[in-house]
Amino acid sequence: MAHTTDSDSLPSRPPPWNDPRIRAIVFQVLVTAGVVAVGVYLVRNLLHNLEVRGISTGFDFLANRAGFAVNQSLVEFDESSSYGRTFVVGLLNTVLVSALGIVLATILGFVIGVARLSRNWLVSTLAATYIEIFRNIPLLLQILFWYFAVFLNLPPPAEALSIGDSVFLTLRGLYLPRPVAESGFGWTVFAFAATVAGAAFLVRWARRRQENTGQIFPAFLASTALLVVVPLAAFLLTGRPLAWVDPQLEGFNFTGGLSVIPELGALLVALAIYTAAFIAETVRAGILSVSHGQTEAASALGLRRSWTLRLVIIPQAMRVTIPPLTSQYLNLTKNSSLATAIGYPDLVSLFAGTTLNQTGQAVEVMAMTMAVYLTISLVISLFMNWYNARMALVER
Amino acid sequence: MKKRILMTAVSTLTLALAAGAAHAGATFDAVKKKGFVQCGVNSGLAGFSVPDEKGVWKGMDVDVCRAVAAAVFGDSEKVKYTPLTAKERFTALQSGEIDILSRNTTWTVTRDGGLGIGFTGVTYYDGQGFLIKKKLGVKSALKLNGATVCVQSGTTTELNLADYFGVHKMKFKPVVYDTADETVKSFEAGRCDVLTSDQSQLYALRIKLAQPESAVVLPEVISKEPLGPAVRQGDAEWFNIVRWSLFAMLGAEEMGISSKNIDSMKDSKNPDVKRLLGTDVIKHGLGVADDWAYKIVKQVGNYSEVFERNVGMGSPLKISRGQNALWNKGGLQYAPPIR
Repeated sequence: MAHTTDSDSLPSRPPPWNDPRIRAIVFQVLVTAGVVAVGVYLVRNLLHNLEVRGISTGFDFLANRAGFAVNQSLVEFDESSSYGRTFVVGLLNTVLVSALGIVLATILGFVIGVARLSRNWLVSTLAATYIEIFRNIPLLLQILFWYFAVFLNLPPPAEALSIGDSVFLTLRGLYLPRPVAESGFGWTVFAFAATVAGAAFLVRWARRRQENTGQIFPAFLASTALLVVVPLAAFLLTGRPLAWVDPQLEGFNFTGGLSVIPELGALLVALAIYTAAFIAETVRAGILSVSHGQTEAASALGLRRSWTLRLVIIPQAMRVTIPPLTSQYLNLTKNSSLATAIGYPDLVSLFAGTTLNQTGQAVEVMAMTMAVYLTISLVISLFMNWYNARMALVER
Repeated sequence: MKKRILMTAVSTLTLALAAGAAHAGATFDAVKKKGFVQCGVNSGLAGFSVPDEKGVWKGMDVDVCRAVAAAVFGDSEKVKYTPLTAKERFTALQSGEIDILSRNTTWTVTRDGGLGIGFTGVTYYDGQGFLIKKKLGVKSALKLNGATVCVQSGTTTELNLADYFGVHKMKFKPVVYDTADETVKSFEAGRCDVLTSDQSQLYALRIKLAQPESAVVLPEVISKEPLGPAVRQGDAEWFNIVRWSLFAMLGAEEMGISSKNIDSMKDSKNPDVKRLLGTDVIKHGLGVADDWAYKIVKQVGNYSEVFERNVGMGSPLKISRGQNALWNKGGLQYAPPIR
């Protein structure tokens, strides 16, 4: 194989215009300069055009009084709050619906994905039907369906569906009793925190004991039981220091209590159900990617069926599942901007909608909104990449 | 929605890409060159802008654009319409997607000053009111404490609502939608107790209900809503044409000239009439033909005809002239002299 390694026969250094390294650098510099130049041109042009047309620019508007109201806000908000505050409110509402949606979609998706592989014909057919229906109908239609056809067909406040005069379901939303902590409730919180620390210790101890002696301690069950029993005992011993304020029908609406607006409900249900269909397929693909030989090997070793699933199949399936799962989480977050169709005050509806319109500062508002979605998406990506690295098969 | 975000993004990009300064007359020149007026209207508001069963746009806001086309091209049909939501309207005008925004838009100082647009006049004097289900038995807006209110996003209505409840120390919960259709649907379903909007719109929305008589408009009018067309700043010629197209219709009504009698009026000895019809040539300097006003009135009608046909007694809305009567008949509509 003389032609591969004989360095003396090669020219010691090609001329610069033929040197692949130098050429690569030159092209990269040219492309970067080109992109930057276009960017600078666009920004300068934009500023110039805005000035010529007398459109206000800058971010000063964020401090101005907004003067409109919002029907769901996780932070204090009223008409005298600023436009900057509407940004925060919208952002939190987006994060809320996305986070809840991700949790619900994941649970539902895993259940359906496993059900799809069930040997029971009815269960697997139902799961397959679910997936094919919800995956193939546009999300916007599903959101409108849930909102206008389901949630807005609930009874009006006067004829609310109720559970024991404290939980009410109406087309204006779900009303729940609001807990009010009285003096001494701190003990329950303290007991809970202490139990969490204790449980963490217990899990570590159980693992060490298993590694040393091979004996198994049901740490998960035990810590779950502790987490329930200890705070409950503290709560009862201190004389149940928690009052509940029931929602009351007063005038037009229920007051007091906690409320969940139907816009949130409809958006959440639609997003979770839609995304769960995709997650289910991802989960199925992950499980099927683990060869049947693994299951057989596990049972040959005498592992229980539940352990086989937990210790052999799922860890290997996760490697295949996590990357597409990340994409689904990103999709769900971005799809939450369809909220604007049903009046849920998310970032797009509230900030890139109402605020944009009241201030007319489209460029600034759109830039901020896009930056937020980019940031949220990158954070989810980073987290999932970290999780993926942790779950990846460690090759020895 | 995604399409809408895309539209705003594209508009923003257009603003970034549009090279060079908008010199005076840019819009007017561009309109003459392309041969039609691009008019931004409401996507569906009975009486103001709504496509009929043949897909032809009808309404007061539509007629304003037709009048401008009649003045510029001598043909009121040379208009293309862009239906817009309240949220999209200003970006569409700013970015040059449309030439006139004629979409029941309230004239305010921040819009004139900060958005780079200018209002040319008032086509309809309106005020904000409340529509409520009859069975709730509420007779006054001051009894609305604790109510849930449906409102369209990005409107002055949203701001007035908060002001009104704040001033009267009442609480409310807003439910904000993008389009009038969604607002009505959810009002009908009972998501909110009250629907608030400009009064003219309330009447238009009420006829969309399955049972229009099940809802009433409360007597309170809580704001001033002068609605009119707006154009981009930086083209005084275009601004003048849009402004005087409306004045021509008002002037014609004042002089008793209508689309029906206009040809017989051509022989009139009245100097005002002669100037309006262009039989007596004046140096108006608007950059349009001498018989521009004749074309407007002949093809679109005078203000009274436009009003009655679209929102008045000749329409399902049956709104009386009220503040929109001429100044000499107890109203606010007043056109400067055409001379």
